[in-house]
Amino acid sequence: MLNKLLRQKLPSPTVPKKVILETSMAEELPAPAGPIPSLIGFPKTLIVIPAFNEAKNIAKVLEGIRRCAPELPVLVIDDGSSDATAEIAGEQGAKVISLPFNSGYGVALQTGFIFALKNGFTTVVQMDADGQHDPRYIIDMLQEIQTDNLDVVIGSRFLGNNKYKTSIFKHLGMYIFGKLASFFCGQTVSDPTSGFQVLKGKPIQFVASDYYPPDYPDADFIIMLHRCGFKIREVPVTMQASPNNKSMHRGHKTIYYVFKMFLSIIVTLLRQKPNT
Amino acid sequence: MPPRIRIIAILICIFLVAYVFELVRRKHLSEEYSMGWLVTGTLMLILSISEDLLIWVSDLVGATLFTSTLFFSGLLFLMIICLHFSIRISALTNQVRKLTQNMAILDYEKKHLENVVERRSLEENVSSLEKT
Repeated sequence: MLNKLLRQKLPSPTVPKKVILETSMAEELPAPAGPIPSLIGFPKTLIVIPAFNEAKNIAKVLEGIRRCAPELPVLVIDDGSSDATAEIAGEQGAKVISLPFNSGYGVALQTGFIFALKNGFTTVVQMDADGQHDPRYIIDMLQEIQTDNLDVVIGSRFLGNNKYKTSIFKHLGMYIFGKLASFFCGQTVSDPTSGFQVLKGKPIQFVASDYYPPDYPDADFIIMLHRCGFKIREVPVTMQASPNNKSMHRGHKTIYYVFKMFLSIIVTLLRQKPNT
Repeated sequence: MPPRIRIIAILICIFLVAYVFELVRRKHLSEEYSMGWLVTGTLMLILSISEDLLIWVSDLVGATLFTSTLFFSGLLFLMIICLHFSIRISALTNQVRKLTQNMAILDYEKKHLENVVERRSLEENVSSLEKT
């Protein structure tokens, strides 16, 4: 009887409740093709998901990750959400760190990397909480970074046969910053704004440091990583358009984003190379 | 410079310096941030009182009107103060960011440890009760 009481009081966090989804995102995620590859080769790997008011999508995202990469721990950084994002993520078995107020995508992401560094994780997968990123690519990206001994793998929505649809202005912005990043990195960077990335080793320290641009880490960050001598590779991934058209680059923020990105790229090139 | 504008400029500068002193005395303004205002007020006061200095500065910057020199000096000091504040705000923003991140991580660790302690104490209670 006491054992029963114990179980009632402290429900196991790894046993997720049934996922209840309200939006069109609720459609069944396709199961990974074939058996799930073993993740024994990826020790000390953490998935970091910054989330702000994603109560409608976070369960679906975590469910997908659990199906595709069940052995990997997931950390959700609740960026001061006013909805039940943190509670749902916790119920789904994720570790949840809640920031006391909304601090922005980069700050939330950096918090995850600081946590990873403090807890000895050597590989970090970062992905968005809105369901844009397909978790089936996590294993592919991890295998890519391990087998070829890379430092950073970026999931690109524009490589391969992907047909990602977005507004013409956003596409133009991505194209310009992609070209700039490609020019300064000396390699093709087709998707500089991708938030679907895997980082291994020293780049984790780099993200957790003051060098990291904490508001919009995009092309400037990739250029910075390249200048530090890290090996970066893009791999094709499928991305859905952001549900509810909820992009962080919208309205007046777009103007600030463009200004900030140009300025940040210039000062990144003018700065002394960071010590790695 | 017309005496009326000079008197107004002197009165404004005296009021500014006195008000900043009062704010510091009441601890509504820290000494660090009062410095820019006190230096600005004092220099503007000196410029308003000393006509020779005002003429010299006007010749130096090429101003045809003495009042323009006063406005120019005031604007310059305000720009310096604003830049200083922007630097301070940037530093404070970074500090708040780091505090927020560390606080959130510590909060997570605290809750995690509380859960571990609670679970262990319950397990100990169960085992002790089973023994009895």
